[in-house]
Amino acid sequence: MNDNERHIVKSYDRTLEALQAHIMKMGGLVEEAILEAAEALATRDEELADKVRKKDAAIDALEALIMDEAALTIAERQPMASDLRAILVAMKIAANLERIGDYAKNMAKRTGVLVQMRPIEDGGHATRRMAKMVEVMLKDALDALVQRDVELAEDVRQRDLEVDQMYNSLFRNFLTYMMEDPRNITACMHLHFIAKNIERMGDHVTAISEQVIYLSTGELPDDPRPKGDRTAVETGEAV
Amino acid sequence: MNDMRPVERAVDTNEIKFDCKDCQVYYGEKHAIIDVDVKIEDKTVTAFIGPSGCGKSTFLRCLNRMNDTIDICRVEGQFLLDGEEIYDKRVDPVQLRAKVGMVFQRPNPFPKSIYDNIAYGPRIHGLAKNKAELDEIVEKSLRRGAIWDEVKDRLDAPGTGLSGGQQQRLCIARAVATEPEVLLMDEPCSALDPIATSQVEELIDELRENYSVVIVTHSMQQAARVSQKTAFFHLGNLVEFGETGQIFTNPKDPRTESYITGRIG
Repeated sequence: MNDNERHIVKSYDRTLEALQAHIMKMGGLVEEAILEAAEALATRDEELADKVRKKDAAIDALEALIMDEAALTIAERQPMASDLRAILVAMKIAANLERIGDYAKNMAKRTGVLVQMRPIEDGGHATRRMAKMVEVMLKDALDALVQRDVELAEDVRQRDLEVDQMYNSLFRNFLTYMMEDPRNITACMHLHFIAKNIERMGDHVTAISEQVIYLSTGELPDDPRPKGDRTAVETGEAV
Repeated sequence: MNDMRPVERAVDTNEIKFDCKDCQVYYGEKHAIIDVDVKIEDKTVTAFIGPSGCGKSTFLRCLNRMNDTIDICRVEGQFLLDGEEIYDKRVDPVQLRAKVGMVFQRPNPFPKSIYDNIAYGPRIHGLAKNKAELDEIVEKSLRRGAIWDEVKDRLDAPGTGLSGGQQQRLCIARAVATEPEVLLMDEPCSALDPIATSQVEELIDELRENYSVVIVTHSMQQAARVSQKTAFFHLGNLVEFGETGQIFTNPKDPRTESYITGRIG
């Protein structure tokens, strides 16, 4: 309702718009990093993996820029109410995106090691599906941010359950491969860390959705979000 | 997690000092305060915010009958101070104002010595039996006004010779000299520099231990800093009244949101 209203001081609007534009730019780079990292893994493309690693610096630089601008805006304007929330949310989302970027970079690093080894049956393709799912969630979370769409944000938050379930099934697969042939252990450990990275990306996307809900409603969702990662509480015998 | 918040945020009591209901104020034909209901708590700083002409000062002035001095002004409704109607015919406005003190936007010391500025109220209300007692009241009030150390060696100097910030603290000391229960402040810092403002804000925080403080301010940051409760007035209506933290981070009414974020409302 108030987001359509303009500030009396026009430069204040421009500052907040710039902050959001930087978040969107950062989000775009992170989405690209997720997809490219998964693609590099699935196609065993060392060159692409290397490119992903190098691009992480741009994501980090954008986070630093967003933090600087947020600090400056707080000092200059002493924001209140929805403006205050917009700045707090921008800072948190920037931190979440930066972490997702780091996970993508880590995936690319491990891909560099994996291409030197014997390929594991289907490892990269299931991981790519999982990465694609997280990327779509991130895209929707950022759309929800721009549209101030609480429903869409809540939907993204619920979808994290599917990512967790995919991680569980990959965890079991890798465990099986390792039990079948100990020579698979090194590669499967790397693949498992990659799957875990993607699962953590999903958690950060969930955190972003929660920030979108906070921005729009002033309250964080208090119902516990669904958790599907059971690997921490189950024993290997369940496999 | 709430237990981990700083204690200053906590409201000490839920005792109601002022219970105002269906309050209306008219300036001639103009309906300046419309259907205002508000409960002001004891030992709490309550901030009134809102754009110019919204009625916040008018309402503040109702609380110690300062509007009585304006001929065309008519006040209706219930204004209970500790359960007693302050507009009752038997209430002497002068006695009421000793109980409900006021500090104004511009420091207005009497053209008298610093000592006499403070001693004036206690003298006319007969609060001191002798010179020694009066001296004591003057010292205590100046200490409460956080200005004693700066003026103790020159109590005979004129109050008007002090700096703006010192004059304002002198006026606050003068207001507390009659041992009021409620202190009304109408933009007490708008004529002060940031350092004097900080001193007055620190003072307000200390005064809260003993008094109920109601402050009108145009500085949203000041309202957020010093108050526990905030009331937002708009066009004579009380739009929103609640915990200060809630009003400034997540106001419920879109008019409050527009005002505090600096949008056209």
